[in-house]
Amino acid sequence: MAEVQMDELQKRMIEELADLHEVPVGAYNFRANSKLAGRNTTANIDIVSKEDGSGIDIRVKAGTKKESVHIPVVISASGIKETVYNDFFIEDDCDVVIVAGCGIHNCGKQDSQHDGVHRFFIGKNSKVKYVEKHYGDGDGDGKRILNPVTEVYMEEDSAMEMEMVQIKGVDSTKRTTISKLKAGAKLVVHERLMTHGVQLAESVYNVDLDGDGSSADIVSRSVARDKSYQKLDLCIKGNAACSGHTECDSIIMDDGRILAVPSLEANNVDAMLVHEAAIGKIAGDQLNKLMSLGLTEAQAEEQIINGFLK
Amino acid sequence: MLELKNVSFEVDDNGDSKGIIKNLNLTIEDGKFTVITGPNGGGKSTLAKLIAGLIKPTEGRIYLDGEDITDLSITDRALKGIGYAFQQPVRFKGIRVIDLLRIAAGKELKVNEACEYLSEVGLCARDYVNREVNASLSGGELKRIEIATVIARNTKLSVFDEPEAGIDLWSFQNLTKIFEKMRNENKEGAVMVISHQERILKIADEIVVLANGTVKMQGPGEEILPKIIGTDAAVDACSMLS
Repeated sequence: MAEVQMDELQKRMIEELADLHEVPVGAYNFRANSKLAGRNTTANIDIVSKEDGSGIDIRVKAGTKKESVHIPVVISASGIKETVYNDFFIEDDCDVVIVAGCGIHNCGKQDSQHDGVHRFFIGKNSKVKYVEKHYGDGDGDGKRILNPVTEVYMEEDSAMEMEMVQIKGVDSTKRTTISKLKAGAKLVVHERLMTHGVQLAESVYNVDLDGDGSSADIVSRSVARDKSYQKLDLCIKGNAACSGHTECDSIIMDDGRILAVPSLEANNVDAMLVHEAAIGKIAGDQLNKLMSLGLTEAQAEEQIINGFLK
Repeated sequence: MLELKNVSFEVDDNGDSKGIIKNLNLTIEDGKFTVITGPNGGGKSTLAKLIAGLIKPTEGRIYLDGEDITDLSITDRALKGIGYAFQQPVRFKGIRVIDLLRIAAGKELKVNEACEYLSEVGLCARDYVNREVNASLSGGELKRIEIATVIARNTKLSVFDEPEAGIDLWSFQNLTKIFEKMRNENKEGAVMVISHQERILKIADEIVVLANGTVKMQGPGEEILPKIIGTDAAVDACSMLS
């Protein structure tokens, strides 16, 4: 097994990112300050660096069940700008969990930027759970910039469940998720987003339901505090007898601003598409109820936001 | 003991001031089960909100055990020992029943402790502790959970605003048992229930009839109930069907 070398700060950030308190069981690839900090492969899961050094390929053999892959990235030096390409090749009949995430701790004056491009090729009947967390930290003037791109290509009867979480700390982000689904494939996305300060966050989804019986359910919950701005752009195209649902549910606080642009395009008479969008401040009766149980207004707000983003 | 002295609450009605509560004097005594009844629009829910602190009186003072609480916030009143069950229970996204009970109890409740509060209101705890307090719960379920949060607080004064409102007859029949039990087991605290229901009025130690923002009648249950039976201050359960 490869030796993992990380300093305390990097360890703490890995914990924040991946809920990992130690080196995980299964395959992993840790990247710290643009360098490989540790890697482990298993009999069924192989991780290899791309020849041009731009990222890694993760290959999961057909029939692999109940295994996991962790690929956290930590940037703790100021002034790093990188674009990383990670490709996941999941063969047929697999059932795996993939945990990714990026943490930037920027105490310096220069901007730090990590643009990760994750591409998933999911084989027939395979089931993938993908968890991605983004986290920013540090008190320098340098900005923490993350622009993740996720592409998901799904073969027949495959299933993908994605948990996308970005809570505070990231100054500027543009998140793009593209997916194409063949017959019987199923995509479920839960996105949680919280911005504060003067942060800008943009989240774009483009999902093509190309095969009969394919379905997508994309639910985005977000909170914009202080003077932050969010743009949520969720688009589903129904190109077959399919079903799609998008939901943007947002809380605005202080001087936060949110633009929600859910859109649907039906290109087949049997496509069933639904979207919902709601933006509003915390309901007064919710605050009153929790205050009547003895919480202060600030504590009540915290409980409501924590629940909402759970 | 809760005392309201010369309490008025006025709202602006297209430039005119309209009195909802008018110079009201009322005492809710410890150890008693007091039912507030009266016609719709008589000011009952407004009275409950004034006590819980959701609204402030335009005139008059409110005292809890002799201490003036008129200017205290909802939170401070809650911490002083006032519990309040909303007429329309509030829904939350992502907050579970156990979370709400923990907040109410003000401590880290174990699951089996939370279960006791739920069985108190006739809910099978195992099915409910981890449910979110959201629209997936029925009106009757939300009402019971609302009542459980007030029981969990173990307060000096518990105010229940129309527990029968918005629920079906079947759920209501079961709900009255909770109040019968509360009445029989209550020794020290004061319980104040706003209700039109005969079954609730029958177990009242004290009945207060509120109409047009003032106390129209007040006295022991057995004395007041015969005077109001058949009026819209006291309806039997079947009238909920009509």
